[in-house]
Amino acid sequence: MANNDTNIDQYRRRFLERSTAVLAAGVIAPGVFLHTVANARPADEAVTSKVRWGMLVDSGKCKTGCDKCVKACEVENGLTRTGRPEIDAQWIRKVTLKNKQTGHTTSLPMLCQHCAEPPCVDVCPTGASFKRADGIVLVDKHICIGCRYCMMACPYKARSFIHEDITDQKAHAPRGKGTVESCTFCVHRVDKGQSPACVSACDEGAMVFGDMNDPQSEISQRLREVQSMEIRGDLGLNLGVRYQGI
Amino acid sequence: MPGVRIMMRVAVLLFLVTPVWAGTPVPEIPKGKGQQCVEDTAMMRTNHMEFILHQRDDTMHRGIRTKKHSLKECIECHAVKGDDGMPVSVESPKHFCSVCHRYAAVSIDCFQCHNSKPEIKLTGDRNGQ
Ligand code: HEC
Ligand code: HEC
Ligand code: HEC
Repeated sequence: MANNDTNIDQYRRRFLERSTAVLAAGVIAPGVFLHTVANARPADEAVTSKVRWGMLVDSGKCKTGCDKCVKACEVENGLTRTGRPEIDAQWIRKVTLKNKQTGHTTSLPMLCQHCAEPPCVDVCPTGASFKRADGIVLVDKHICIGCRYCMMACPYKARSFIHEDITDQKAHAPRGKGTVESCTFCVHRVDKGQSPACVSACDEGAMVFGDMNDPQSEISQRLREVQSMEIRGDLGLNLGVRYQGI
Repeated sequence: MPGVRIMMRVAVLLFLVTPVWAGTPVPEIPKGKGQQCVEDTAMMRTNHMEFILHQRDDTMHRGIRTKKHSLKECIECHAVKGDDGMPVSVESPKHFCSVCHRYAAVSIDCFQCHNSKPEIKLTGDRNGQ
């Protein structure tokens, strides 16, 4: 249909706008006046950059061998197994870090880091990879052509390509062959004022989710109090996922 | 060539809604739940694609989750039951979205990703929602 094409043109144009907007936001953001944002935004209101969603993982509380967050993600988003693990979609996975000298191991969940400066968005030729105003990095599968540049660009190997037809998807998580996908911070839940499924499922309280722009939020308070870090912080991507205790 | 496409659409739709061609088979469109659609019926016949495509961009990029033009809601209201009493998928010629599309040779890819059947409401725990 004709308006599809114009939509895509608009995306292309908006892609350019977006890249400049990101730069501008980087300059303005610090020090702007911030106020508390009510958790459940009305359904007809667009997201804004007043909010920046983020997650803090306390690796000290994250148990080796526990994969409740991974399971919860699979259930929530309908990530079914194909029978070929090497092509299964993985939005969150558990990794174990080992200090070779001391032998000390740390367990933590690895997921899309929802970068403020996402390399996947930079390389996407169609504008399908994008960052929502509230910091959630998504794939607009309607315009994803499955080229997988974003998968190459992601320093965290956070994205998966769908190789086979999928049926019986969750109504809130459409997924299909030939497109790339990754953690959405459970955007459909966040938009209703809920936490991502992994965070709700973690009995250890190892994951905190919230608005990093709101100084009163639990995550902002925790980030102020504890020592946290960004994985590959040297890349300067300003991550939405922070880790404590590594 | 939007002009031609619009003309084609009008022609197809005239054909669909006015069965004046005696003896020509016209699709039997299953009725939705409730009394009326989210917009005027005639408007929906001609413009349903505009509404859902617009909603798609609003939801995807701006996080707008109003129900009125949401594809999920179309599927809920327009579910058609098969012989087994369960909602049919878009593979079935009886599916609401298939009836006209098969008739008018429209192919859409939406249901490669979107479920064409309403979600079965589970009463049990869904990740502690
Ligand atoms: C490659 C996968 C894919 C295909 C194909 C696809 N969609 Fe989507 N669609 C998605 C994803 C992912 C979302 C985002 C869901 C969310 O955030 O809740 C979405 C969301 C939507 C929404 C907003 C949510 C809702 O249910 O109202 C609409 C409307 C929509 N799509 C319409 C369409 C239409 C119309 C087509 C066919 C022309 C289509 N989509 C094809 C993946 C797809
Ligand atoms: C609240 C339930 C409900 C929802 C939600 C709904 N519909 Fe409907 N729809 C109906 C009913 C009832 C009719 C029949 C109205 C009539 O007979 O005048 C209808 C009629 C239609 C028709 C015309 C069918 C014909 O007989 O020619 C189309 C096309 C349509 N709907 C598409 C959609 C689409 C697309 C959506 C999602 C954006 C949607 N509907 C959402 C209830 C609904
Ligand atoms: C009353 C008959 C009718 C019903 C029912 C119907 N459609 Fe359509 N639809 C059409 C016709 C005819 C076209 C082609 C219009 C054109 O070519 O401009 C079309 C086109 C579309 C398009 C645009 C396709 C494209 O590539 O241009 C989408 C998307 C769409 N329909 C979605 C749906 C969905 C989803 C449903 C079920 C909820 C549905 N339609 C039910 C008649 C119908």
